[in-house]
Amino acid sequence: MPEHEALGEHGSPAREVGEFLRRRGEQIAQRWADEPLFRTVFTVSRDEAVEAGKIVVDALAQVADTDQVHDPDAAGFTLVREQLSRMGAARSRAGFTTAQVSNDVDALRPPVENLLVSDLPDAPSDLVRGCTTALTVLMGTLRLVVLETALSEGQALIERQRLQLLEVATPVIKLWDGIVAVPLIGTLDSARSQVVMETLLEAVVDQHARFAILDITGVPTVDSLVAQHLMKTVAAARLMGAECVVSGIRPAIAQTIVHLGLDLGTVITRASLADALAYALHELGADIVNATPGGAGRR
Amino acid sequence: MRTAAGVEACLPIRSDMDLVWVRQHVRQAAGRLGFGLVEQTKLVTAASELARNTLVHGGGGQMETAPVSDGPVRGLRLTFSDEGPGIPDLERALTDGYTSGDGLGMGLGGARRLVHSFTVDSTPGVGTTVTVVSWASRAPRSREGH
Repeated sequence: MPEHEALGEHGSPAREVGEFLRRRGEQIAQRWADEPLFRTVFTVSRDEAVEAGKIVVDALAQVADTDQVHDPDAAGFTLVREQLSRMGAARSRAGFTTAQVSNDVDALRPPVENLLVSDLPDAPSDLVRGCTTALTVLMGTLRLVVLETALSEGQALIERQRLQLLEVATPVIKLWDGIVAVPLIGTLDSARSQVVMETLLEAVVDQHARFAILDITGVPTVDSLVAQHLMKTVAAARLMGAECVVSGIRPAIAQTIVHLGLDLGTVITRASLADALAYALHELGADIVNATPGGAGRR
Repeated sequence: MRTAAGVEACLPIRSDMDLVWVRQHVRQAAGRLGFGLVEQTKLVTAASELARNTLVHGGGGQMETAPVSDGPVRGLRLTFSDEGPGIPDLERALTDGYTSGDGLGMGLGGARRLVHSFTVDSTPGVGTTVTVVSWASRAPRSREGH
């Protein structure tokens, strides 16, 4: 390009920017520390934000040195990718959309540009223009890198959570001779409730259980489908000679079930797992009594 | 003056996993607007029923959430829309115990009782849109849509 040749003793605008970034790294980091992206992520101390800013400036300088201002895969970015993703993730967690994070990154550009222009008072206007363009491209690439890492971070998170979800087993716990309990946690979709029913019925056979307690403390939403699954499980257990008790019905859930119009009248329900256990023990003829009469009063 | 601050979010309803996301989103949105635990649970349950209807009967669609306000009282409006076969007999669909699938038949009627305002707009062959509004506290004025 003719512009480049006109620069004479100067390097390419990108290299010029790289040099500038190294020279002014400290000042840039200081200014960035006051920008939302750094200020809100590094809340412990300002020094921490400045330190993080310097690392990013160094990386940008390295990218500029190799004339790769337009390339999000430039080697320089790999050094800060992790840090950028942490910053992006922190912003996302705080409820910011990708577009807002993008604006945050964009806000880092003006302070650097001002410094750059004031640093080149006597330079030919061609060079100044070339440098600001290179800087703009570089900062645009930084923005792309941040968004890219934010996205891949999201993908990785989804994958991890998917695996975690698969690991959420449904254990059947033996509480007493003839009493088993299943603590249900999370979403009771058709697939999971099928697993619950199978494991519970197996346990009823294996443990010769007469009572099976389904604890729904960990089920956030009880809608008609969940209720239907529960009732089917109760009915199946009943066919096998075990009485089911549904426990862990919180006040909000109870009111919702009533408004929804679900009739759980045929199901024995208790507010807590302890109540359900007490009920089952009582039905089995094994009542719990305090070992020392009035023991509670001495405390 | 009732005002809607525009659509806040638009969630796809295409799979069972999306239903989980719908519930969590509504729970969080309601929590942010200052819904009490009971109102929150009721709205989330209604959303769960309606989203499942959208998925099962409407063949998938979307949910839009929008915060609304009526003076100092804040609420949440949820709009479920699909391009499914529509509801031929709305009166019957709202009857408890009637189901065109294999559910309990409590979804639509139950959801109506769980929210403050409930409107269904369904055209057979075109699609169904269900709009519900719940307020953070007791309905500020006369309850509508019943």
